[in-house]
Amino acid sequence: MKYMLLIWNRPGFVEELSEAERTAIFGEVDEIMKELTESGELVGGEALAHPSQARTARPAAGGGAEITDGPFMESKEQFAGYLTVDCETLERAAEIAARWPDVRHGFGVLEVRAVMEQAGTEM
Amino acid sequence: MTSPAIEDLLRTFAPQVLGVLVRRHGQFYACEDAVQEALLAAAVQWPAQGVPDHPRSWLVTVATRRLTDEWRSEHARREREVAVAVRQPAYAAVAPPADEEPPSGDDTLRLLFLCCHPALPVSGQVALTLRAVGGLSTAEIARAYLVPEATMSQRIRRAKQRIEAAGARFTLPSPADRDERLASVLRVLYLIFNEGYTASSGEALHRADLTADAIRLARELRRVLPDDGEVAGLLALMLLTDAHRAARTGPAGELVPLAEQDRSRWDRDAVAEGVALVTEALTWSAPGPYQVQAAIAAVHAEAPTAEDTDWRQIVALYRVLARVAPNPMVTLNQAVAVAMVDGPRAGLALLATLDADDRTAGHHRLAAVRAHLLDLAGDRAEARAAYLAAARATTSLPERRHLEVRAARLAGR
Repeated sequence: MKYMLLIWNRPGFVEELSEAERTAIFGEVDEIMKELTESGELVGGEALAHPSQARTARPAAGGGAEITDGPFMESKEQFAGYLTVDCETLERAAEIAARWPDVRHGFGVLEVRAVMEQAGTEM
Repeated sequence: MTSPAIEDLLRTFAPQVLGVLVRRHGQFYACEDAVQEALLAAAVQWPAQGVPDHPRSWLVTVATRRLTDEWRSEHARREREVAVAVRQPAYAAVAPPADEEPPSGDDTLRLLFLCCHPALPVSGQVALTLRAVGGLSTAEIARAYLVPEATMSQRIRRAKQRIEAAGARFTLPSPADRDERLASVLRVLYLIFNEGYTASSGEALHRADLTADAIRLARELRRVLPDDGEVAGLLALMLLTDAHRAARTGPAGELVPLAEQDRSRWDRDAVAEGVALVTEALTWSAPGPYQVQAAIAAVHAEAPTAEDTDWRQIVALYRVLARVAPNPMVTLNQAVAVAMVDGPRAGLALLATLDADDRTAGHHRLAAVRAHLLDLAGDRAEARAAYLAAARATTSLPERRHLEVRAARLAGR
């Protein structure tokens, strides 16, 4: 079963970290990625650019669309990236999420969502 | 010979060639890699240069050469010295030239037991079975399971490492373990079948035909174990289920429930073969779960229309199934049959027993069946709520669509 781990954190938090803290955090990420690669659970993932670079398209008042600068939501935590894993259980996916440095060090949260399958059973 | 014919040939030879190599050299990990490379070489060379006169010997020769090439590297040699000392079975030294022997069914069986070893996670068992016994390439398996090739390659490597670490041997399990080990082989084949069977039509074009691979492997297993009723039952169940293939999706890829399928589009040959298999097996074998499920599928298959279904017989078979393989999913399906005989309220009463079961409480199938029975009982508001609950809980897009359509129909009336 595939799960997407959505990473939500406070933009720019990395800037406030010391060099050593930063290295330690990237090391933790590398370690988890290595484990997931070796176990054959890692499907993919991307990190996203700072939300100040975002554009948001929304329905315009008079019909059509309007495009504005910046992210969709003005909230403290922003969507920062995702990881897709293919693992045996939701519990296993949640365990991976709980080990992510953003969660361990209090920079953000990870949301674990099941990915919809294209297959269905006869009902 | 055309490429598809060569592909079939290679998939048939894959476990035979691997069996020969493992019996000679006793190193599953390295032999499996070597056979995979030989299969890839054949897939490239044979269509262009023609199939060799003795294709199996050709594969054994090429795979053996790959194996020795691998051994020549310094690192691998060190590994081999340890591995040979530890693992090489004594009979390997006295066995006759193995590629001269007729294909041994025992090899396929040993390979299946090895690939479905209990030390592996299910995803590893599935991937390794498809590659080592099914003869599929890593790229094909990765496409079938919609993951990157690197991910699948790593999963297979990890599975092979675990087999080595567990000290598993290329032998048949002891009589004490046999039933349990065979049960996991059957489960893996059924999982492969279901993965292919449930794929929706659009994306099925890009996926290896896992359904056909699973049926092929089940046929091979039946050839090797003709006296096992459950093997016959599994093959029958696959055939009877796959027979619905053309009828179970609509023109837009939507799911068509069993009761609404155009039965003239069922594959009659597959139905006949499945019915004959399970009927025959049940005359001499104690009924196991696959045989009983196949028997239920056979009762459905023999009804000219959904209205003609012999639900009493199906209820009786579900009682047998609940006894030989008690499982809340069985109760779920049993409730549908009970509803058809004793009315929807009787089915709903049976479903109520599942609400306290962690395995089914909150499961979309429970909500979907409940919705269906409430619908039959004429309780539209409750049925609609249950359809929507099921739609929210499923992780399948076609199922969600189907359930939402059902809910919408109830709102519209």
